Amino acid sequence: MSIWEYANPKKFMETSGKVLPWVAIPAAVLCAVGLIWGFFFTPEAENFGSTVKIIYLHVPAAMMAINVWLMMLVTSLVWIVRRHHVSALAAKAAAPIGLTMTLVALVTGALWGQPMWGTWWAWDPRLTSFLILTLFYLGYMALWAAVEEPDTAADLTGVLCIVGSVFALLSRYAVNFWNQGLHQGASLSLDARENVADVYWVPLVICIAGFVLMFVTLVLLRTRTEIRARRLSALLARERMA
Amino acid sequence: MMPALGKYAGVVLGAYGLSLALIVVLILATLWRGAKTRQALREVEDRQGKTHG
Repeated sequence: MSIWEYANPKKFMETSGKVLPWVAIPAAVLCAVGLIWGFFFTPEAENFGSTVKIIYLHVPAAMMAINVWLMMLVTSLVWIVRRHHVSALAAKAAAPIGLTMTLVALVTGALWGQPMWGTWWAWDPRLTSFLILTLFYLGYMALWAAVEEPDTAADLTGVLCIVGSVFALLSRYAVNFWNQGLHQGASLSLDARENVADVYWVPLVICIAGFVLMFVTLVLLRTRTEIRARRLSALLARERMA
Repeated sequence: MMPALGKYAGVVLGAYGLSLALIVVLILATLWRGAKTRQALREVEDRQGKTHG
């Protein structure tokens, strides 16, 4: 059995239909548990006060915003190399989710930044590359909407995705090699000294797991819709020709 | 039940309110478009006498 079998729309619809409840329910439970635990049952931080509670939305959303783009990069490359339609449609389906995650990260970041840094926004390397990533998401979605021929749209958006990946990676790593920024380093790390304190760590990891599963749920639902929409256009076109 | 958020209450509640609103809109838009497309496809398939999963 090969992974490429799932590139067959019928096989994808069958399998995703079975998988969806097993992903959607844990996603809802993990998001609820993580956010309720983080909001109601964690203490204020010495340096951040109660704003530390924003971490449960800001960090998972920012991680997802970057990783959704990288998922789109992989599926776009699969389209460009192997011409599997489901893969192009999965990239298209993921973009609005990634955009929402970037908006959540930007909004929570601005609200958190104001009391901590004294400003809503700074042209910090990480923030700036993140803003550019947001614009790439918008451009990517606009390009899909603007090009009528679906294969051409998939080709062009695939190329745009490759270019935008530079900013996705910069959003993640800019803080490591440009030292003039306001934004601190990673909240989660294999190095225990860099990690957030244990009391915040557990609900944060639960929230991240919840956001990942929420993304998988939404991308499966949206890809199924894209496959149906593609079939609908084909049937309507055939009807017009008859 | 509500935790004491002190002077940052507005900021924290604003962050949660706006974020959850964005996520709920995304979920509802996903479900709405999914239902609309499924319905439209079913109608066309019925009209053309075809069945598809």
